[in-house]
Amino acid sequence: MRHLFHLWVYLETTPLLGLTVTLLVYRIAVAISQRLHHAALANPVLIAIITLALLLAATGTPYAAYFQGAQYVHFMLGPATVALAVPMHANLRRIRRSAGAIVPAILAGSLTAAISAMLLARLLGAPREITLSLAPKSVTTPIAMGIAEQIGGQPSLAAVFVLLTGLTAGVLVGPAMRLARVTDWRAWGLAAGTAGHGLATARMLLLSETAGAFGGLAIGLNGIFTAIIVPLLAGLLAGG
Amino acid sequence: MLNALTLLVLCQFAGEVIARLALLPIPGPVVGLVLLLGGLILRERRGYATPGADLKATAQGLLGNLGLLFVPAGVGVVTQLDVLGRNLLAVAVAIVVSTFAGLVVTGWIMQRLSRPEEEE
Repeated sequence: MRHLFHLWVYLETTPLLGLTVTLLVYRIAVAISQRLHHAALANPVLIAIITLALLLAATGTPYAAYFQGAQYVHFMLGPATVALAVPMHANLRRIRRSAGAIVPAILAGSLTAAISAMLLARLLGAPREITLSLAPKSVTTPIAMGIAEQIGGQPSLAAVFVLLTGLTAGVLVGPAMRLARVTDWRAWGLAAGTAGHGLATARMLLLSETAGAFGGLAIGLNGIFTAIIVPLLAGLLAGG
Repeated sequence: MLNALTLLVLCQFAGEVIARLALLPIPGPVVGLVLLLGGLILRERRGYATPGADLKATAQGLLGNLGLLFVPAGVGVVTQLDVLGRNLLAVAVAIVVSTFAGLVVTGWIMQRLSRPEEEE
């Protein structure tokens, strides 16, 4: 028993524990999501976050101790963001060919989502921290966290808002496109990628390959646009 | 993988340096993304197969498991439960309404402005 206690004390102080648990829990979450045929709410990221949060609470482990190990996974977000250039490059010909439609559509959608989110949150009395963390919620997580940090929001709040936005967009894209009488798969994909980043785009891929491709290019372009626009908007709209 | 990982980290590093030196309010990795994209375009113009097999495989590996990379930060929500709980309604309304509006605006404009695409 004493032995086990010493082992626990040792494990608690090494990054190995946080790293192992993160990988293991995520692996199991992926298996669960596959079992449930990728239902919108059976998202592996969501399952893993909830499971790990409950584990931390149950063992009384502070987040900072967990992050000591998890930071090695977290760090890879940077290189992964850079790697988004590869699928963007693969779609470059398509982007050039329909740039006249793609650029205004993404810019307008990006501005609409960011401005309405910030204004609504502010109207409903949310503090500055929340409003600023909501601003980049439509873009892919690594970019959103970078933006949130830059403008004075909370990167971890931004990560959760991004996740919730992606799930919401995955559920709402069908009704929204039907309401706007949009029948073109390219427009469905672009809307999903702009408003709901990779999570909504993954659902588009189940419907149409074209929609998936346009979702993919919207993720990259919207990430870049938002990184430029949101820091400028943030000062104006976040309020005191 | 070594070449590709080195290239990705170098782009990120250069992006971070440029963003800080030029006082750009853009995250360093996004600048790195643009740098890599520019590099890929130049490489293709010079007639090389782009991206190289190494970069393609590494990018696929990273992006195929992107979900895993969000988890550590997402768990950080446990440190924010207080402020989140106090603002649940504002957050829920802001996310649902703004996402719906973003979807409608993007989809509608895209369909209005785009020409039929030739078959590929």
